[in-house]
Amino acid sequence: MMFKHLHLQLGSRFLAVLVACLGIAGTAAAAGGGALHDRADVDVSNVASLQRGARNFVNFCLGCHSAQYVRYNRLAQDLQITEQQLIENLMFAAEKPQETMTIAMRGDDAVRWFGTSAPDLSLIARNRGADYLYNFLRAFYVDPSRPTGVNNLMLANAAMPHVLWELQGVNEAVFEDETDAEGVSHKVFREFRQVTPGRLSAEEYEQFVGDLVNFLVYIGEPMQLERQRLGIWVLAFLLVFGILSYLLKQEIWKDVK
Amino acid sequence: MSAARSGTAVANGRFARLIDWVDERFPLTSMLKEHATEYYAARNFNAWYVFGVLAMVVLVIQLVTGIFLTMSYKPSAEHAFASVEYIMRDVEWGWLIRYMHSTGASAFFVVVYLHMFRALLYGSYKAPRELLWLIGMVIYMALMAEAFLGYLLPWGQMSYWGAQVIVSLFGAVPGIGEGLVEWIRGDYFISDITLNRFFALHVAAVPLVLIMLVVMHILALHETGSLNPDGIEIKQYKDSRGIPLDGIAFHPYYTAKDLVAIVIFLALFSAVVFFAPEMGGYFLEHANFEPANMLKTPEHIAPVWYFTPFYAILRAVPSKGWGAFLMVAAIALLFFLPWLDRCRVKSIRYRGMTYKVALGAFVVSFLALGYLGLQPATPTAVVAARFFTAIYFAFFLLMPFYTLAERTKPVPERVVYHAHK
Repeated sequence: MMFKHLHLQLGSRFLAVLVACLGIAGTAAAAGGGALHDRADVDVSNVASLQRGARNFVNFCLGCHSAQYVRYNRLAQDLQITEQQLIENLMFAAEKPQETMTIAMRGDDAVRWFGTSAPDLSLIARNRGADYLYNFLRAFYVDPSRPTGVNNLMLANAAMPHVLWELQGVNEAVFEDETDAEGVSHKVFREFRQVTPGRLSAEEYEQFVGDLVNFLVYIGEPMQLERQRLGIWVLAFLLVFGILSYLLKQEIWKDVK
Repeated sequence: MSAARSGTAVANGRFARLIDWVDERFPLTSMLKEHATEYYAARNFNAWYVFGVLAMVVLVIQLVTGIFLTMSYKPSAEHAFASVEYIMRDVEWGWLIRYMHSTGASAFFVVVYLHMFRALLYGSYKAPRELLWLIGMVIYMALMAEAFLGYLLPWGQMSYWGAQVIVSLFGAVPGIGEGLVEWIRGDYFISDITLNRFFALHVAAVPLVLIMLVVMHILALHETGSLNPDGIEIKQYKDSRGIPLDGIAFHPYYTAKDLVAIVIFLALFSAVVFFAPEMGGYFLEHANFEPANMLKTPEHIAPVWYFTPFYAILRAVPSKGWGAFLMVAAIALLFFLPWLDRCRVKSIRYRGMTYKVALGAFVVSFLALGYLGLQPATPTAVVAARFFTAIYFAFFLLMPFYTLAERTKPVPERVVYHAHK
C-alpha cells in the first residue's frame, strides 16, 4: 500500500532498454588464446581442509611467499589446533606463536633470482579470486624457452617456477593452430598431457591444490565465518525491530485520514 | 498507588521546571516545535521521500565509524595498507567498523542518487525551492570530494591509480593545469605527501563542510516546507489555527514512518556488510587488495561505481581537455535545473509525456554510462558512451524547449491521499 505511487511501470521500461544497451557493450570482450576455467570448491568452514591447506602452504609456499598479515596463533585458534601442534607442524619460519608469517628472503634478492619479487599471499585470494589461483596452480607446462623450464597457461611467462612439480608431475600443453574468420592463425590450447608422473595422482593433486586455495581464501579474510554468523543475528534483530516499528507506525497513523 | 502517582507528578513538575530553566537560556522547546512537532509535511509522502532521512543515517554511520577507523589507521605510504589489514585482523571489531565504512560510502551514493531522482520526479527543485536544490548540489559535490579523498587512504593499487587519473584531470585547466596538479599532489607524483593531505581533508575539512551544508539544507527545507508527490503547496489551505489542512506533524507521524524505512535500509545495509562486503568487487575492488605500486600501472583503471557515469563521459571524448570539460559540465548542468525546467507543473503525475520520456531517457543514459565506465574502453563501448553522453546533455540543454511545450494534466487543489487500513 505504501508503495502505491512508486511509478514502477517506468522502472521496468528503463530496465528493458538498459538490458538492450548492455548487450551491445558485452560483445566487445573477446576470448583469449586459452585458459582453464575450472571453479575452486571453496569451503572455509571445512576445518580439516584448512588444516591440510595450512600444511601445504607452510611446506611449499612459505619459503618464498610471505603472508605478513597472518598471525600464527590466530591460525591455530581458527584451525582448531593446539599451540604445541602449531609449533611442531607449522612454525618453521617463526619463533613465537604471536608472530606473523614472514619470510627471510629479501625483496631485492627475489628480483635478482626470479626477475620479480614474490607477492605476499595474505590477500592474494581477494585480489585474484579463488578460481584463478586454483587454475593457476594446475596450469604449469613444459616450455624450454623459459628460464624455469616451465610456463603457465593462466599467466603467460610467469616468473614462478613449478614448485609443485614433484607432486603433480610434468605436463606438456597441446596447442592446435586455428584460423579465425579473418584468416589469421592462432595457437589455441587443447589439453595437458602428462610427460612425467608425480607423487600424487591427478585427483590427489587437485585435492592438494583445492585445500591450499581454501586456506588462501581463509587467510584473505580470517573473520569471514564470524562475520556471517553475526550477520544472521543482526538481521534477525532487525526483522523483529522492523515488525515492531511497523506496528508502531500503523498505530500512530491511525488518526491520519 | 496514590503515593506513586504523586511521586510521578513531582518528578514531572521537576522536569518541566528544568525545561523552563533551559528554555530561558536556549531555544530548546521552540526548536523542537519548529523542526519536529509543529513542522507540517503533506500526508501523502510515498517511499521516494525516505532517502533524505536515510542519507542522514548514512552520514552518522560514516562519521562514527570514520572516527573509530582513524584511531588505528596510519596515513603514510609505508604503513597505510598494512594498517588497514591490522584493523581487519587485529583490532577488536575492526573488520565490522571498516566494512560499515566501506559499505557506507557506496550506500551514501545509492541513497543520494535516489534522493536526487525523487527531486526530478516531483519537481522538488522548482520555485521556491531553488536554494534548497543548490545547497543539495553542493552537498553532492562535497560528497564526491569526500569519497574520492577517502578512496586513496587504503593505499591499494586502485586507490593509487584512480587518484593518479583523477588528479591528472586538473591538468586540463588551461594555463595553470600542470602547476595546479603539482599543488594538489604536493609532489611530482601521488606520494606519501599526497596521502597525508588527503587524509587531513577526508577526516577534518570536508566532513565539517558536509555537516554545515546538511544543516543549511534542512533549514532551507523547513523554510519552504517539504513538497509532496502531487507537487502541491500545502500552505495554500490552512485551518483556523494556521495548520495546513493536508499537513501532519513531522513528529510523531514521519518520525514513526521514517523509522520503518530506516530499519529496512539497515537490513539491506547489514546484508551487504555481513554477507557481501565486497559486493562482487563493486564496493571493494579486487585490484585494491594489492598494495599501491607506482611502478606497475594496472591494465584497467576504473573508478568506483558511483563515479563511472562521469568517467564514461570523460573517456567518450578523444581530447582530454574537452573530456574533462564535458565531465564537469555534466555535473554543473544539474545546478541550473530549476531554471532550465520551464514547466509550471511540478509533479510527474501531472506533467506531459515529453518530460516523462526525457526523464526516462536520462535515467537510461545515466545507468548505461555508469555501466560503460566500469568496462574497458573498447571502440564499441566508446561509441555507446558517446551516444548516451549525447542523450545525457540533450536532457538538460533541450529542457527549456520541451518543457515549455509540455501538455500537462490538471493539477488537483488538494493532495491525493488514501488512508491506510
